[in-house]
Amino acid sequence: MGQTIIEKILSRKSGRKVQAGDIVVAKVDFVMGQDGTSPLAINAFREMGGRALFNPSRVALVIDHSAPSPTESVSNLHKLMRDFARETGCRLYDVGDGVCHQLMLESGVVGPGFLVIGADSHTCTYGALNAFATGVGSTDLAAAMISGQMWFKVPPTLKFVCHGELPPGVYSKDLILHLIGRVTADGATYMAVEFTGEAIRALSMEGRFTIANMAVEMGAKAGLMEADEKTMGWLARYTRREFAPAAPDPDAVYERVVEIDAAALEPQVARPHRVDNVVPLSEVGGLPVDEAVLGTCTNGRLEDLATAAAILRGRRVAPSVRFIVAPASRRVYLEALRDGTLETLVQAGAAVVTPGCGPCVGTHNGVPADGERVISTANRNFKGRMGNRNAEIYLASPASVAAAAVTGEITDPREFLK
Amino acid sequence: MRLKGKAHKFGDDINTDYIISGKYKFKTLDMSELARHVMEDLDPDFYKKIRPGDFIVAGRNFGCGSSREQAPLAIKHAGISAVIAGSFARIFYRNAINTGLPVIECDTSAIEPGDELEVDLEAGVLGNHTRNTEIRITPLPPVMLKILNDGGLVAHFRKYGGFHLD
Repeated sequence: MGQTIIEKILSRKSGRKVQAGDIVVAKVDFVMGQDGTSPLAINAFREMGGRALFNPSRVALVIDHSAPSPTESVSNLHKLMRDFARETGCRLYDVGDGVCHQLMLESGVVGPGFLVIGADSHTCTYGALNAFATGVGSTDLAAAMISGQMWFKVPPTLKFVCHGELPPGVYSKDLILHLIGRVTADGATYMAVEFTGEAIRALSMEGRFTIANMAVEMGAKAGLMEADEKTMGWLARYTRREFAPAAPDPDAVYERVVEIDAAALEPQVARPHRVDNVVPLSEVGGLPVDEAVLGTCTNGRLEDLATAAAILRGRRVAPSVRFIVAPASRRVYLEALRDGTLETLVQAGAAVVTPGCGPCVGTHNGVPADGERVISTANRNFKGRMGNRNAEIYLASPASVAAAAVTGEITDPREFLK
Repeated sequence: MRLKGKAHKFGDDINTDYIISGKYKFKTLDMSELARHVMEDLDPDFYKKIRPGDFIVAGRNFGCGSSREQAPLAIKHAGISAVIAGSFARIFYRNAINTGLPVIECDTSAIEPGDELEVDLEAGVLGNHTRNTEIRITPLPPVMLKILNDGGLVAHFRKYGGFHLD
């Protein structure tokens, strides 16, 4: 019987041919934790009797969720991570380095056929590189840090076939929001997802990361794509390692196949307070916004900043809007500095904050006031997500966020591309 | 394992930000402090309403969203003995078992707020004493039952020095 991508990777990593429903203990290639989850993992590591990491060069801790620290209590947790990294010899990415997922992508530690776990739900982002990457909690993280292993129930796979190409002004963010709206927040629970079709192949790697990143918002364990020449070209910029991609067999068995025509899509938004509350942007056009956020592990890469800059070039952010930009990493920050993208954004009125997660998770860097409305490129719009339960969050593409920043209201970005 | 308590009812898709907000979870490892804020964005007084042993009862996709283990820990430290839901998001489900919080999957549509419930995990039955009904519960996968019976993944690792799931 043919295998899906995830069945192939879990077969390789567990040393026997597996199919959906099997329980496996598999070897992990890389393990990552961030500052919201690592401190608990360090406690669990000690309670489990852990003394050494299975392989220090395959473990990374990232300080990104509250970075730089806004309070003394957070500072103490950061210090706990730094001390642990020094003691065990694992990699540590500190304040200003960037969002954990972008750092994993850029550091060449993840590639096709790999199995990666991260104590952050958006670890599924690396599925765009044909890796089985999934989010776990702190105790699982500690177990993997010690043993280099993790147990899994091999999930069945839901396949999306995205026909056609996205029209101008419609981006990968619009596509994934639409797919989540279609299958809902638990449409892929306990499942892996494969994204395929012409529309996916036509996307840049940056665009593909956005899609894989949000697989967890439909409940998926992983959001996988096949490796192609774009994947290998992208990887060659960051690492010289050789990889063995895992392609699905033609007779692989899928739980469900969903086909969509990407060419017919228009810009989308997720309305408060659910990621699957998705409508065409035109249905909410004209709603005033108080804050616009560009960044996060979903849409903080150079291509995203450049898309926004193209709309903001020669224009000003509306006086009623705070426009907050958080590049996804130091590398993205530098590239955007060098090519003039950041100059354009800052000149237009952007407030650029340290690469990291702050605005998305409500820790600092842009908590909205009561009754305010935010449009953001992030991946979650739950009530209180940005730190205030009395604010509203709309999720949209970088172009839609930039358009709203200029006009002060939710606006179809295609009006700026004419 | 037999558990007894009153039902506190919530809806579908209760995400981990609602269970414990990001603005608190990054600040401390003191779970009894985090427990005071459990479900705060949905019901600011929820913590005060809990009697030790009570249940959180919810609809589909409980625990969706982030991987924060503070979510099951805050629930546990607030005195809740188990979460009963129509279905669970997978990371929360794993985290709950790993930290020793029982999670029970069954049809919750006929359970009303305040109902007196009793759960027998081994027998796979949930009794609703208020309504004199019995509901079958979906058994935990054997792997998870083993980890739960060991007292969570930390205790499992202390016992075996690694994964020992066969």
